[in-house]
Amino acid sequence: MTDTLFFYAFALMTLAGAVLTITRRSAVHSAMWLIVSLSGVAGLYLLQKAEFLFAVQIVLYVGGIMVLFLFVIMLVNLDLAARARQFNRQWQLALASALAVGGVLFYFIRQGAGAFQPASPPVSSPVVEGNTERLADELFSQYLLPFELASILLLVAIVGSVVMAKKRI
Amino acid sequence: MLHPITTAHYLVLSAALLLVGTIGVLARRNIVVILMSIELILNAVNINLIAFSSHLQQVTGQIFAIFVVTVAVAEAAVGLGILIALFRNKETVLADEVDLLKW
Repeated sequence: MTDTLFFYAFALMTLAGAVLTITRRSAVHSAMWLIVSLSGVAGLYLLQKAEFLFAVQIVLYVGGIMVLFLFVIMLVNLDLAARARQFNRQWQLALASALAVGGVLFYFIRQGAGAFQPASPPVSSPVVEGNTERLADELFSQYLLPFELASILLLVAIVGSVVMAKKRI
Repeated sequence: MLHPITTAHYLVLSAALLLVGTIGVLARRNIVVILMSIELILNAVNINLIAFSSHLQQVTGQIFAIFVVTVAVAEAAVGLGILIALFRNKETVLADEVDLLKW
């Protein structure tokens, strides 16, 4: 019951924030509404008992990426862009095709909605340990190689963004 | 009156968020907002992964979501770096004014 109410509250937060993000004229307002939307997604993680990802979402998205966005908005002069037309010439086509894809998606979700019976929990899984411990166990045993590759990806991204932001490339 | 929330609810929400993000990428002119819409799309994917992770009572979906977040961070950093370089060279942040590759 409370779960249902919280789901609808967070879903409203997420979707309203997303719609306002893509319709606001000022990029700073867009960033603020994106924070609302991402916080709503964080709440949904908490409802699904993914506590570690809830913390990651708040710290990394709302705390990290959004600050990065706001810094870039301040570095780049957006006054001209705020006064210009906000949507490009093919926006009607974009809207129509997105709605068509949405129709297909919702049709198939509706068709398969009956199949979503919750799985019975596996007998071997110990339920006493928390979400973060389980994640860490899996991440550092079965997914160790992808984890290390992700560090290389982040290194490449750091070097790449520094090179991109240099005065002379 | 209020139905319990199933995985299908999360899938519908995730599809709606994906569509909003797609419309943002396709229809907006401001590159900053386009990058934000990409973040929305990646978040929609993450909602899906978490929903199925709790649906199947496995933690694998959450680990994949962590990798998606990692890629999103790398993408945002490089994308904003490219945006700064673009603004320095062409003095614009509107996507349809960058038409060097147009015939």
